[in-house]
Amino acid sequence: MEFKGIKQTAKALANKDISVQELHDMYLQRQKKHAGDLNCFINDTPEIAKNQIQIAQKRINDNHASLLTGIPLVHKDLFCTQDIHTTCGSRMLENFVAPYDATIVKNLSDAGTVTMAKANMDEFAMGSSNENSYFGAVKNAWNHNRVPGGSSGGSAVAVAAGLVPIATGSDTGGSIRQPAALCGVTGIKPTYGRASRYGMVAFASSLDQAGVFARSAQDCAYVLSEMCGFDNKDSTSAQVEKENFSVSLGQSIKGLKVGIIPEWMDSLPESIKLKTEKSIQKLVDLGVELVEIKLPTAHLAVSAYYVIAPAECSSNLSRFDGVRYGHKCDNPKDLNDLYVRSRTEGFGEEVKRRIMVGTWALSAGFYDAYYRKAQKIRRLISEDFATAFEKVDIIAGPVAPEVAFEFNAKKDPVSMYKEDIYTIPSSLAGLPCLSMPIGLVDGLPVGLQLIGNKLQEAKILNVAHQYQQDTTFHKLVAEGYYE
Amino acid sequence: MLINRKEVEQIAVLAKLSVSEDEIDAIAASMDSVVEMINHINEADTKAIKPMANPMDAVQRLRTDVVTEKSNKDTLLSLSSQVDEDYYLVPTVVE
Repeated sequence: MEFKGIKQTAKALANKDISVQELHDMYLQRQKKHAGDLNCFINDTPEIAKNQIQIAQKRINDNHASLLTGIPLVHKDLFCTQDIHTTCGSRMLENFVAPYDATIVKNLSDAGTVTMAKANMDEFAMGSSNENSYFGAVKNAWNHNRVPGGSSGGSAVAVAAGLVPIATGSDTGGSIRQPAALCGVTGIKPTYGRASRYGMVAFASSLDQAGVFARSAQDCAYVLSEMCGFDNKDSTSAQVEKENFSVSLGQSIKGLKVGIIPEWMDSLPESIKLKTEKSIQKLVDLGVELVEIKLPTAHLAVSAYYVIAPAECSSNLSRFDGVRYGHKCDNPKDLNDLYVRSRTEGFGEEVKRRIMVGTWALSAGFYDAYYRKAQKIRRLISEDFATAFEKVDIIAGPVAPEVAFEFNAKKDPVSMYKEDIYTIPSSLAGLPCLSMPIGLVDGLPVGLQLIGNKLQEAKILNVAHQYQQDTTFHKLVAEGYYE
Repeated sequence: MLINRKEVEQIAVLAKLSVSEDEIDAIAASMDSVVEMINHINEADTKAIKPMANPMDAVQRLRTDVVTEKSNKDTLLSLSSQVDEDYYLVPTVVE
């Protein structure tokens, strides 16, 4: 059955054409068929689903349903879910059962969604290929020898393979947009502070932001509207009014000024460049006006990011000490041994590398030269965007420098880090940004990134929506799925 | 080499991680490539620039110092494998 979108599904549920249980069971059948092979889930959550199905059906019967009531989803396994394992893709948290729900989990549950599983991910959200999960790599639905991108690879694959219509993810330097591009789905990271970080296991606190994967920009808008909102429990939550991002969907984009960064376009391989140009031309056909812009400091973004993110990671992950929760080593001989062995056994290679780099950057004598310096570069990049947004409404460009690559193709960490070359600048500036499918290159999906000014999620969602009204790339699915 | 073997060992001590003798060279090499990439930040003149800690330039919000929720001490303690009544158990620190 082709998924017709949240709005139509909600209508079918309201009209009793289908029950919440039947909708759930259809997805469960697909999950039974494909989830094991794709390795996109870490834990299934049948007990939670059973309870939520009943609540959702009652709400529908009582005419108290929201648009999301009864819609199945999976949560990336770094969002705490009460009484269910939250592993963060790590041995460190393999047996951790969260004592409370993350705010975004609660918000979506309150809207009536049905949680079916916790999605696989790179350990502690560190990676761009999902090969860093303690629970094994996730396979790309388009080609099982290829990575799905990361770190939210399990969420992206689950939506791409039609195992759920929507999934949550998190994006620190590209962890929603890059897997969305590599898997051929739509994924959005809102403005920093829009979605609460309460109950989202921290990686780099000044960058981490929750977001969503769906089959269309319209569905992303519906889910994001329910997820976001000021939260007193997150000290960096943006104090702005809750917004319905779907209200402006359908507005004309004629005359909208779209910024293009020539250096980014010229740096792309020819096949991806052509696809990207073609999608931008489509936006022109829809009436937008292109404006060339410059981001003079953006070429330093990856370097600055790999100071800031590891530094904050080393600080955040110092909480894992083997005492209060998480992996604890056997028979520690003293307190230091407890700390060191629990951490060494619990963390994987990439997490340890980032803790080491971060510890080094924050160590005596280096703080000003690295962390503080990187924070200054961050301001320069943010100012570059601010200057650009004086001339344009949104920015359009590539998401990733290549299509999904083969497993074990990037053994050197720096080559993996450069996978996020186009996504990191907007992350440092805290801007809302999305990736939408624009077609296939060599049978693998390519995405277009749309970046908005602060708190302008509605604008980029509407541009993506207009594009998707006139194209069918977002409806492309890998062979053998959606049956 | 920007990061030598001795520095790897020192950083591991600070990070409370252990590195085995046969891992040190590989870790030093991978950190070296990361630091080489990081060092590009020195290309920008940032003399008069204020560091950006929060992309919204927001300041940490403070709340009034009042009790806001009930104690969930027992739930939190249950997450640890070694507790004794209201205490976490760790190896002896002081004899």
